[in-house]
Amino acid sequence: MPYLCLAIPAWLQKLRDEFYLNFIDDDRYQYILKGLLVTLEVTFFAVILGILLGIIVAIIRSTHDKLIGDMRPGAGKAVLRILNAIANVYLTIIRGTPVVVQLMIAYFIIFATSNNKVLVAVIAFGFNSGAYVAEIVRSGIMSIDNGQFEAGRSLGFNYVQTMIYIIIPQAFKNILPALANEFIVLIKETSVSGYVGLQDMTKGGDIIRSRTYSAFMPLIAVALIYLVIVMFFSKLVSILERRLRTSERK
Amino acid sequence: MKESNNGPLISIKDLKKYYNGDEIKALDDISTDIYPGEVVAIIGPSGSGKSTLLRSLNLLERPTAGTITFEGEDITSPKTDINKLRQKMGMVFQHFNLFPHLTILDNMTLAPRKLLGMSKEDAEAKALELLDKVALKDRANAYPSQLSGGQKQRIAIVRALCMSPDVLLFDEPTSALDPEMVGEVLDVMKDLAKDGMTMAVVTHEMGFAREVASRVIFMESGKIVIEGSPDEIFNDPDNERLKTFLAKVL
Repeated sequence: MPYLCLAIPAWLQKLRDEFYLNFIDDDRYQYILKGLLVTLEVTFFAVILGILLGIIVAIIRSTHDKLIGDMRPGAGKAVLRILNAIANVYLTIIRGTPVVVQLMIAYFIIFATSNNKVLVAVIAFGFNSGAYVAEIVRSGIMSIDNGQFEAGRSLGFNYVQTMIYIIIPQAFKNILPALANEFIVLIKETSVSGYVGLQDMTKGGDIIRSRTYSAFMPLIAVALIYLVIVMFFSKLVSILERRLRTSERK
Repeated sequence: MKESNNGPLISIKDLKKYYNGDEIKALDDISTDIYPGEVVAIIGPSGSGKSTLLRSLNLLERPTAGTITFEGEDITSPKTDINKLRQKMGMVFQHFNLFPHLTILDNMTLAPRKLLGMSKEDAEAKALELLDKVALKDRANAYPSQLSGGQKQRIAIVRALCMSPDVLLFDEPTSALDPEMVGEVLDVMKDLAKDGMTMAVVTHEMGFAREVASRVIFMESGKIVIEGSPDEIFNDPDNERLKTFLAKVL
């Protein structure tokens, strides 16, 4: 029998059929591919929003902690107090409630009139991430020795210049691992987007599962893609980290 | 110098610094003048307020009451641009406070470039010239972590000099150094004194105070107990408290 040695084992044949059913048939891979693009889009813009918000909140909070004792009474002091209070409320609420609930509140209540699910998700995840980034950045700023701050001021730099040229560059290096971790968490957190009907990658895999009644292929595929993205990103960060470190001791 | 040359460069009048209301009197009614070209050594037991006095001169500490006039301007007035004045008052710290993320050259050129608008070339030429004076020109591209304590402090001094200040404030510049490195830093300070730089030095180095200072201020409990020429202070003083202090440190 010349064909016997070419015969495919039964389990492999089954795997092939499953693969065909879940991804090729009806172009079902499109659910995952389009979902992946949505996941990346939401994560990318949420990260940017999160960093911006985080840095602003961190600067408000650490400026308040550093300067409020030395400030003369006046408008500046009152404004700083109010900003700090707003920042604290923001941090407490965001860190005290689940991100899924925040997402649903954003979609069904705050932006109930909007149909742009991607935008709503970006705002919800961005505001969520911003709270965690703020605490990371603040701890980075506070970890820099006060002598660095005084050295900057004694040369004639004002508060903002000292922050930009001296404190933030050093703080950034210290917090890079924690920031990277926050973004890894964020990209995985976007997988709850399905709760507001946004078809991200997780939702895409789930749609395939509901069509084919076969869970293994689509869900494992989705998991693997997340894993690859996270591993790729981790590698990138560790390279950047090594670069920053070697610049100090050659 | 804008003022006439026979007037004081810095004039301190009734300076007070209280903590916790008036519970702790770090500075208790200090008045004294510093003239151009003078080297004023401030000595006294720890907790006597000598560092607080020095740090008040460039407003790193905000005095509770009293005035400090620098080149004819009341620096304690809210209208004064303290950042402009600090550019003319260099400061050297006990713990050097070099910027660890920048090379020696960048440490020195950052402030002249950003604050005085010097070109990169001009700032670096000046920095290299100063580095040559302290025999550290070959370390221009090193990072602070690669230097010894004595080298760091010499860099800190020339970093302050890059701004061409009218006065240099030293806050215990040799206290954090290994004993064998104290000499190299004091030598740099002696050369500066010889060149006519106005200096205020908080120090525990009685040898330096005796040899280099043109005037010595002895402080205790936030007050100036006695001030005078090194000769008057060190050779057979008749003040009891000064005698006790000198007996301990000499």
